[in-house]
Amino acid sequence: MTDANVQAEHHAGLKHQFENLEQQQDADTLGIWVFLVTEIMFFGGLFAAYAIYRWLYFAAFEGGSHILDVRLGALNTVVLLGSSLTMALSVRAAQTGNRRALVLFLVLTMILGAVFLGVKAYEYDQKFVEHVVPGLDWAPEGDVLAKLAPGGLGHAQLYFIFYFAMTGLHAIHMIIGMGLLLYLVLRGRKGTFTPHYFAPVEVVGLYWHFVDIVWIFLFPLLYLIGGRY
Amino acid sequence: MSQQIVPVKTYIFVFASLIALTLLTTGVAFIDLGPFNTVAALAIAFCKMLLVVFFFMHLRQSSSLVKVVLLAGFFWLALLIVLTSTDYRSRSWTPAPDSWSTTAPPTHP
Repeated sequence: MTDANVQAEHHAGLKHQFENLEQQQDADTLGIWVFLVTEIMFFGGLFAAYAIYRWLYFAAFEGGSHILDVRLGALNTVVLLGSSLTMALSVRAAQTGNRRALVLFLVLTMILGAVFLGVKAYEYDQKFVEHVVPGLDWAPEGDVLAKLAPGGLGHAQLYFIFYFAMTGLHAIHMIIGMGLLLYLVLRGRKGTFTPHYFAPVEVVGLYWHFVDIVWIFLFPLLYLIGGRY
Repeated sequence: MSQQIVPVKTYIFVFASLIALTLLTTGVAFIDLGPFNTVAALAIAFCKMLLVVFFFMHLRQSSSLVKVVLLAGFFWLALLIVLTSTDYRSRSWTPAPDSWSTTAPPTHP
């Protein structure tokens, strides 16, 4: 047995039920993937319902989609993809044992996540300004009304219910992700993560990328219905 | 660990591709392709997902077990969407018999 092995087996992060850190990381990775599959089904229910209603009331969904600001949606997509890049780079920094880079990239990921949520909050606020919030403030008028009227106002409400439910659920995932990142920053600063032990960074990274993928689908499905020509 | 370390260049290249595809999907939405606008949007989103899954999420280097788990997840998602859509689309093909009607029942003097 080499010295490296002995060191790894006595690592503080190694739980009793595992032979070694490598086996533990394989189990952790499989575990988070199984969780992500349940998340696919969780969002999948919303996507399936969205698909049915979009097919039934296409004109209403198209009208609702045209109320949204494509530029803000595209900007947020770029911001979130950027945060995925910094997340991937922080996992890499953990793999190479670069503590400074790890903390830097984790903080950058958090900042980009906060920018995304800030833009999202501004968009939600705009919905109140335009009075297109079903249940709380539904009184579209002027241009907004003209865009929504062809599909029927009742079904336009349905579109906005999907808009708020899907982006809201996504935003909740982002907020949870931000909390997990903060936890990683606090532990990472103390040098907990090494090239032998970085499973928590990898696991949170997988979760963060999943949330990014959900947005990759939400952007075209909510903002780009029926084209913008 | 068993995982190889991916060069920074690869991550940057994947990120650049993702941004390019985002611009493409936004641009295509401003061109009238009829029903193919939706097809193009979903195809591009699917490509972006593959880039993130294979590179950022390291599926390329993951064990076969992880790949099978993910594939099973997508299979289940496909069942959910396809079977639900099939139900909604085919409901009108076989109308319910008149006798099941819930509107005013025939009156007998």
